[in-house]
Order: sequence, then C-alpha cells, then structure tokens
Amino acid sequence: MELFLDFATLKVIWWGLLGILLLGFALTDGYDLGVASLLPFVARKDEERRLVINSIGPMWEGHQVWFILGGGAIFAAWPLVYAVSFSGFYIAMFVVLAALILRPVGFKYRSKLENPAWRSRWDWALFIGGFVPALIFGVAVGNAMLGIPFSLDDTMRMSYEGGLITGFLNLLSPFALLAGLVSVAMLITHGAGWLVVKLELGIVRDRAASVGTYAALASFILFALGGVLLLVMVDGYRMTGSVDGNMLPNPLRKEAEIANGAWLANYARYPWMIIAPVLGLAGSLIAFAGFRRKSALAMVGSATAITGIILSVGASMFPFILPSSIDPASSLTVWDSSSSHFTLFFMLIMAVIFVPIILFYTAWVYKVLWGRVTTEEATGAKGEHAY
Amino acid sequence: MPDLLVADLSRWQFALTAMYHFLFVPLTLGLSMILVITEGAYVMTRKEVWKKITKFWATLFGINFVLGVATGITMEFQFGTNWAYYSHYVGDIFGAPLAIEGLMAFFLEATFVGLMFFGWDKLSRPAHWMVTCFVALGSNLSALWILIANGWMQNPVGSEFNPETMRMEVTNFMEVLFNPVAQAKFVHTVSAGYVTAAAFVLAISAWYLLRGRHVGLAKRSIMVASAFGVLSASSVIVLGDESGYVAGESQKFKLAAIEAMWETEEAPASFTVVGIPDREDRETHFALEVPYVLGLIATRSLDEEVSGINDLIAEARKRIVNGVAAYDALQRIRANPEDAAAQEAFAATREDLGHGLLLMRYVDDPRQATEDQINAAADDLVPNVALTFWGFRFMVGIGFLYLAIFAAGFYFMNLKRNLPRWYLHIAVLAAPLPWLAAEFGWLVAEVGRQPWIIDGVLPTHLGVSSVSAGHVITTMVGFTALYGVLLIIEMRLMLRAIRLGPSGGPVVPLGGGGISDAIGISRPATPHADPYDK
Repeated sequence: MELFLDFATLKVIWWGLLGILLLGFALTDGYDLGVASLLPFVARKDEERRLVINSIGPMWEGHQVWFILGGGAIFAAWPLVYAVSFSGFYIAMFVVLAALILRPVGFKYRSKLENPAWRSRWDWALFIGGFVPALIFGVAVGNAMLGIPFSLDDTMRMSYEGGLITGFLNLLSPFALLAGLVSVAMLITHGAGWLVVKLELGIVRDRAASVGTYAALASFILFALGGVLLLVMVDGYRMTGSVDGNMLPNPLRKEAEIANGAWLANYARYPWMIIAPVLGLAGSLIAFAGFRRKSALAMVGSATAITGIILSVGASMFPFILPSSIDPASSLTVWDSSSSHFTLFFMLIMAVIFVPIILFYTAWVYKVLWGRVTTEEATGAKGEHAY
Repeated sequence: MPDLLVADLSRWQFALTAMYHFLFVPLTLGLSMILVITEGAYVMTRKEVWKKITKFWATLFGINFVLGVATGITMEFQFGTNWAYYSHYVGDIFGAPLAIEGLMAFFLEATFVGLMFFGWDKLSRPAHWMVTCFVALGSNLSALWILIANGWMQNPVGSEFNPETMRMEVTNFMEVLFNPVAQAKFVHTVSAGYVTAAAFVLAISAWYLLRGRHVGLAKRSIMVASAFGVLSASSVIVLGDESGYVAGESQKFKLAAIEAMWETEEAPASFTVVGIPDREDRETHFALEVPYVLGLIATRSLDEEVSGINDLIAEARKRIVNGVAAYDALQRIRANPEDAAAQEAFAATREDLGHGLLLMRYVDDPRQATEDQINAAADDLVPNVALTFWGFRFMVGIGFLYLAIFAAGFYFMNLKRNLPRWYLHIAVLAAPLPWLAAEFGWLVAEVGRQPWIIDGVLPTHLGVSSVSAGHVITTMVGFTALYGVLLIIEMRLMLRAIRLGPSGGPVVPLGGGGISDAIGISRPATPHADPYDK
C-alpha cells in the first residue's frame, strides 16, 4: 500500500509525538507528582492535608494515563526503545512502578479511616509516589544523555554491562543525579503553582508559594548548571557517515561515536533550537516572579519551564534516542529504532483522531471542576466521596 | 541463548502480576455496568433511593477500581522490563492495541472516574449519568483492546517476519483488529466480569437480608443483579472462547489438552466429563465420556474432526523440520541479502520459522539439532494437560452454578417476592467462585498455549530480557510483598465499607411490587416502617 507520508517524515513526526507525550505527562501528572512531593511539608494538620489531596483528587487519575499511554506509544512506535530502556533500567523501573502503585491507593484509602497513624502512613506513601518517580524520571533522562551500557547482537538481542546492584548504582552518576534534581525542582515548582491556583486563600497556599519560590530558583540554577556540564565535562554522541532516513529500522546499519560537546552541536547547526533552553530558563524566572506575587503567573512559568527543559533534551540529542556507551554503533536513533512504515502511519491516524477528543473532554472536566478547593469540600462536609 | 531459569521466573512473575491484576478487573468491568443501570433508574424515576444505591455500590467500586489501576501500571511496562526480546520481536503489531487502549479507552475511563465521585453536586442528573456511562464504556473498551493484543498472541494474523529488521511486522491491521480469537475472547471476558459483579452485588445484598439490614437497598440490588446475572451467565457460557480454539495451531493443542484427548476420534468426538489425564502413558484414566458433545462444542458441526494430541505432535514434528530449513534460509539471507535462492527457500518455509526456533531450547543453532532433540521439541508442544483439563472443568462448572443461582434469585425475587434464607446463605457462600473461575480461565488460555509466547512464531523462552535470575527474583519478592500488603488493606476496607452500608441511614423499604415497584412505574414504595430495616 502506498502511504502519502514517507518513512523518514513519519519517523520525525513520531519523534515529535514522543516529545508531546512526555510533555503531556510532565505538564499534567507533573502537578500531581509535585503536589504529592509537597504534601507533608506544606500541609501539617489533617484538614490541611485533605485540602491539598482533594485539590488534585478528581484529576490525577486522568493525568496518570499520559504515563500509561507513553508506555504504550513507545511500545508501538519505538519497540526497541521500549525494550532496551525498560529492561536496561530494570531495578529503577521496579522502584518507579512500586512508587506509582502506592499513589492511587494512597489517594483512595487514606481518608477511609480516622486513625491518625493510618493517615500519616498514607501521606508518606503519597510523598514517595510523587517524589521518587519525579527523581528517577530525571535520573533516567540523565542516563539516556550519558548513554546506557548496552549492545545489540545480530538478532537484536540486547545485553547489558553491570549486575543487579552495580547496574543500579551505575545509574547514579553526578550528571544523572543533577538531571534528577532538575526534574524534582521543576515538578515541585509546577505542583506549588497548582496549589497557588487551586487552594482557598490561607496558610497552606502561602506555604506553597514560599516553597515554590525556592523551587523555581533551584530549577533555574540546576538547569543552567546542566548546560554548563554539557559544555565542559559530559560527552555527547554523533553519527559518522551518512544515513538514509528511509532505511528499514536496524540500528546495526550505522556508525556512531562519542564526542566532546556533541550534545550542543545541534544548537550551532540549527540556531533556532536555542529557544528551548531559553524557555527553560525564562520559565523558571517567570515562576519565581509569580510565586512572589502569589499569582497564577507561577503556573504559567512552571509550564513554560517544563516545556523548555524537555524540548532542550530532545533538541540536544536529536537524532539519538538512547545512545549506547559501550558500543555507540548499537545506539538507538530516530532513523533506526522505529516500528515499520505502516505501523507508524496507522498509529499516527489513531493519534490524530483521539488526541483532540481527549483534550476536549479533559478540558470539559477541568471546566466542571473549575475554581478553588475549600476545606469544607475537602473534609467531606459537602460530598462524602472526597478523599 | 537466553537463560531458561530467567524465562521460568519471568513467567512466574507475569502469572503472579496478571492474576493479581485480574482479581480487580472483572469487578470493575461489571460493577461499572451495574452503576449505569442503577443510576439510569435514578435518572428515570428521580427517586433518591436509586441515588443512594448507586452511591453505595460506587464506594465499593472505587475501593476495587484503584487497585485495578495500580496493578495495571505494572502490566503495561512488564513486557519491556521482563520480555524485552518479545517486545522487539512483535512490538510493531502488539504495541499498537496497547497504545490505542490508552488513547481510546483508558483516558476516557480515568478522566471521568474522578468526576463520577466528585461531580454529584456539580452536574445535572443526566450529565452525571453520562459520566458514569463513559466510565463503563472506557473500562469495557479497555478490555477490547487488551484482548485484541492477547488474541493476536494466540492467533497471530496479519503479519510476517522481516529478515532485515529481525522482527514481525504488520501486513494487515484489519485482520489484527477483527481476529476471531480476539472477538471471542472479548465477549467471553467481559461477560465473565459482569457475572463477577452480579455475584458480588447479590452476595452483599443477601448478607444484608440475612442480618435484616438495609432491606430496601438489598432487595432492589438483588433485582438488578439477578436479572443482569442471568443474561451475563448465559452469555459467558454460550460465547465461551473455546469457539476460537479451532483457529490456530497451538489452539488445537489447547483444545485437545482441555479434553485430554490423546487420539483423534471420528467426528463428532465424545466429551470427557471427568478423568485423570496421564501425560506419561498418554491416556486419560477413569474417563467418563459423553458421546458427540465435544465435536458439537468445539467445531459447531457434526462432521468436522477434532485432532488428538498424538496426531498433533506428528504434524508439529514436520513443521519443526521445515522450520530448520526456514532458519537456514534466513541465515543465508542475512549473510547475503541479495541471495535469490535463499529468499525463495525462505518464502517457501517462513511459516514454520517459529517451529525451528523451538529447537533453541536444546541447541544454539537449530541446524545442528539431532533427531532426539527434534522429537523432544515436538513433545514440548503439549501443554500441561492436567492443569488445562481441570482448570477448564472448574471454570465451566462455576459458570453453570452461577447461571442457576441467578435464575433462582430472579425467580424468588420477582415471582415469589421473597428470598428463602437457604438461598441467601448460598448466595453469600458462593461469592468467591467467580474470581476463581476467572483465574482458571486465564490459566487455561495461557498455560494451554505453552510453549509459545506468540503462537507458532516465537517460543516463550526466547522472549525474555537479558537480565539475571537475581533481577527477576528481586522484583518478584518486591511485587509479592507490596501486592500482599495492598490486598490485605483492600479486603479490610471493603469489608468495613460493607459493614457500614450506605451512608445517611437506611433506604426506604421496598414494597411488594417486584420490578415495577422498584423502578417506580406502578406506585410509590409504601413508606411503612420495615421492622428489619434498622
């Protein structure tokens, strides 16, 4: 069958959609991860905590689907990326899943019993369900930039360097941890922005604004530091030789090498890409100003920062998706790790049909739930189904 | 060659997490439909009673739902963590239904479920009912896409192997979507979910009646549950997914294993009701047989044959030999993609490549396999007969039992207007059985198709990730501990919510008018004080 988009174009479109999925997840579930990370600190008494939890209570479940959809879409469009990353980050992935499993349960079960010890335990479970994934997702992106120690044999079976413990500890290099902290800072900024917008006026909202100020500042400094490290210390990857964008996806049909400063080369080649890191930095500053004034500007800033930071990672690494540190030729790139031409086309049609529908009804739900959450609502005086 | 221990451990972990996930899914599927019915009654009659009933079952739905969601997260990523080679090999086809499930179904369900709980005061009656409908639609569509994915593993249509990319690629998505195995599985699985939920509602309501509490709520709920249950149980029995088992090669093994049928019989074959399958001697001891019935069930005809295990092994052996030729041709193509003779040989044998790969359990290069190894690989194609045989019988037995229970409930409630205490006891005691039936159903379907992860395409042991046994043991211990704790907490909260009953005091007692009274089309329920309704 003749498809009206050529294979190379579809690969680039799906690389863009990968970015949109990550953005969808970070921008929506980012609220929930950030709010849960803030929960034990901005809210101390039980009704304060219920206020915070109920501010995301009706929405977090829909937000989380971006994560599930991300998994499914990577599986469908980038099967090798799905296979290499999740089996390569095996133990880290288990920790993320365990933390994320605590989250739905924490939301639903926490307020079912009056017992303070029960509630306090679930509050910490919710904290873990927010903070741990926020940290590990960042660390994973950092490791993707550093390269993963894997190689492919000629049947495409992968093998990894590092055992059960060492493999996990090797993920915790300084640059990767820095990336983890950038992620935590930007998501806490985003969560604090949510609380400033959604909570009734009062002490909890004030605390969120104050934490948000520091988080926005941290996000700015840590992200800038990451850029400096890419310039002076952390090597990137680049393709050597020419590549046909329409090639059948087989990573072993190319050459690649590790090179100093390679992750910044795209900005020299395509200067307009510089807009991504600029947004990342400017967004943090806007958020900082917003928190000082306790206005919705904080949320605009945090959303801008997240967008800029995620786009920066994509712009730096293109066309690499998962470079291999021990065998650069095995690296997975946009050109050689996608699904077949037909699957990419079919899935694009599905995305074009369903994403607008999803955005439409999500917007409708937001509209129904518009407005600040009050303690009265949150503690069940109105509506016994509150968390 | 992948480690067989890692493969076994990964299978155990998959079974553990999938079966645990499936403790919650059937109830979500069915209870969401029951909420649509009870809230529909509220929208039509505007009686507060139905709102209270809906809210009560919604509370239990919520406690169950979150664990389904939480454990579903593991399922979405486990293919990547533990079955990386599988993910590479078939992601081009298998990934699509998972992604579409997210796009079409799970977003719908998850976005509206929050509003279903939080939106009672924010939405009009019909708008809230619509939200509940979206939750039910989302969860049922979710099952559709997951079973399209699973159906493709059982009967991999619409795809072929590409030597350049070393994986299966889609040739026809429509065949994948309209796969007969997937369709049969979908109807069967959601019906099983409806039976589970109807049994759940029936049991809790019966318990209330035995204790004389919440009589109004309980009787109305039994009315809904028994009618819904009769329909679902009929559907689950009539539309069993056995009908799909004639489609694929391993499905023939599965069908033969379900019947412990060692030799092919002349059509129509007889049905072995009970017996003790013996794999060593290849016969079923103490078999109690009913003539003709199997042929009718399996082929829906009187003259089509059902193959016995021994004949299937002999056929499969030929395919393994042919698969070695396919493997050889593939190696030659990979050495020289222009080799026309190799391409021709591969085109002639590619259907059997998977059978050739079965030998990799014994040798690194299937071309080096001995006669004994080929015979062993053919024998491996027989699944665990005893488990498949008995699992199927438990499942079917429970299905028929529940059809009887629902029919009796419908009869007592609507014609006799009175539920005898012995019946209520049975309804309470039988409650765990639908879950057991669902788990047996999963075992029959998945154990019955071993040693394949993709029927005829990829042997299970080749699908695993390149991780160590230590990795898998670590996560298996972790999941077991986490899931164990969560299950205890869930049961505790569920029982507590059941003990507390509907919030805001007792529901108006039900008069003697059966269904017409319950939905308020004959006359208002008499507001007399029900002595049991405290």
